[in-house]
Amino acid sequence: MTASPQARSVPLAEPRTRAPRHRVRRRDWLTALLFLAPFMAVYLVLLVYPLFLGIWISFRDWDLMGGDYGWVGTLNYQDLWTDRNFWAAARNTLWFVALTVPSMTLIALLLALAVHGPGRIRAICRSVFFLSSVFSVTVVTLVWAMVLSPDRGLIAPVVQFLGGTPVNFLGSPTWAMPAIVVTTLWWGVGLPMALFLAALGSIPKELYEAAELDHASRWSVFWRITLPSIRHTLILVVVLQIVGQFQIFGQPFLMTQGGPANSTRTLVQYIYETSFRDWLVGYGAAMAMVLFVLMMLFSMLQLWLGRQGDDR
Amino acid sequence: MTAARSGWALWGDRLLLAVTVLVAILWLLPVIWVVAMSLKPNAVLQQSTWGFIPMPFTLENYANLLQLATVPRWLVNSLIVAVGMTLLVLVVSSLAGYAFARLQFPFKRAIFVLMIAGLMIPEQAVFLPLHQMFASWGIHNTHAALMMPRVAVPIGVFLMMQFFRAVPRELEEAAELDHASRFTIFWRIMLPLSVPALTTLGLFTFIHAWNDFLWPLVSATDADMYTVTVGLASIQGNFAFTEGLGSVMASAVFASLPIVLLFLIFQRFIVAGVAMSAGK
Repeated sequence: MTASPQARSVPLAEPRTRAPRHRVRRRDWLTALLFLAPFMAVYLVLLVYPLFLGIWISFRDWDLMGGDYGWVGTLNYQDLWTDRNFWAAARNTLWFVALTVPSMTLIALLLALAVHGPGRIRAICRSVFFLSSVFSVTVVTLVWAMVLSPDRGLIAPVVQFLGGTPVNFLGSPTWAMPAIVVTTLWWGVGLPMALFLAALGSIPKELYEAAELDHASRWSVFWRITLPSIRHTLILVVVLQIVGQFQIFGQPFLMTQGGPANSTRTLVQYIYETSFRDWLVGYGAAMAMVLFVLMMLFSMLQLWLGRQGDDR
Repeated sequence: MTAARSGWALWGDRLLLAVTVLVAILWLLPVIWVVAMSLKPNAVLQQSTWGFIPMPFTLENYANLLQLATVPRWLVNSLIVAVGMTLLVLVVSSLAGYAFARLQFPFKRAIFVLMIAGLMIPEQAVFLPLHQMFASWGIHNTHAALMMPRVAVPIGVFLMMQFFRAVPRELEEAAELDHASRFTIFWRIMLPLSVPALTTLGLFTFIHAWNDFLWPLVSATDADMYTVTVGLASIQGNFAFTEGLGSVMASAVFASLPIVLLFLIFQRFIVAGVAMSAGK
């Protein structure tokens, strides 16, 4: 079960090397059906069906109590076009993704390089950096809302000691989003770091030994050997990050409630409010579809860029 | 020349390690601070929140928490939901994973692709229609409603399939000669072998279930049915930070305790799981 870079492509059907002595009998696929049935039942009823129901609802005037006021065509989607709150939420979400994905990837890679290797100290550091990602979003935001607090936080006294004036990060339209990004970095860096660690561990030792014989500097070893070897993981991390960070909801919802001046209201929060506060589920569903398509486009673009690099 | 080089390299390594340790301590500081606050009297916290050592020390915040009964109730809800979801995911994923790894059936490839496509459907695309479905069935505010939407996880099937494939065929063939049924082979031979994979998948599911936020937020509207994650969010607004800061911090620590313990005990399975999922 070791992860080799070659195993990354999804194996679709397993190669049948041995002669097909026993051909597929009826009983066999009845057995297969029984093995598959529990998963498929839940999968179809609670994932595939809701997806299509969501598309259906997005073309209707539909309220939270299940009231269906009929087909409205693309009206919900047209409304999005002129809804300034929607554009603000989309802008905030993109801004958050643009800030978070590169910094998360970079920090995860740096931490992985730093804690990769033998020894007890490094092992403990690995645990520490991963530990913060097992907390729930509620606990993380509780902790960081306190840390960032201008009168009772951890950062303010340090700033004061250095002679500055404490900033009310979460109360400032400029600083609220970066503060949420920092919170997210602290919360989420464990998983990408672990992915990088797995990749670093599977680089053949011989490559480094050869480099040592050539008296290559650390810097060039990193650019010539390490980075090319973990390219696929790098792409995987970026794609997972983009898809994951587009879904941002809990952090701003709990830390700033979307404020100040709507500077941190994200798409998911707007979908949530539209549906559960304003009862406009049809409109919310249309937004959810836009978010879904947006996420797909970005991750496909990323995968495509990755493949371009392969051809060179 | 070479000796001098490696001497520098050694010092470089040590310096890097020292910086890493420093960063790790800073990383942990917010957690230590919150634990310290949870162990201080509220009156002291109203004066100052600074300090990482709980002096004066009190367990009052935790005692109040247990008397309040809501937080323990949420904790029990979270446990029921997380354990239930984990068991269901393990059963459903290992059965389907085995079918994809070892059984031949028509449209296998198409069904596999259909399943993998599910990886691309985010929660946000389906939570509104799911909410409508569950409302029309009248099952919101039940434990089942909190766990069911998370049971069919394609990545779980994928992990189990990968694992079963790596098991040597010879182990099954002996049993086949004895005319053991497929299910017997699965149950008696394959499942006992897959304990490491099941542990990893189970851990990830449990952590995910415990920290789930959006779905419990919309599905559980009755405060008695809150999970601890949603419950904590509700007191963050209510309790007002000034009133009982120590109590709020104590409830955060209390709510995180099970998951942190789980992490500390099973760390190596989590690392193995990341390596395994990286193989996709």
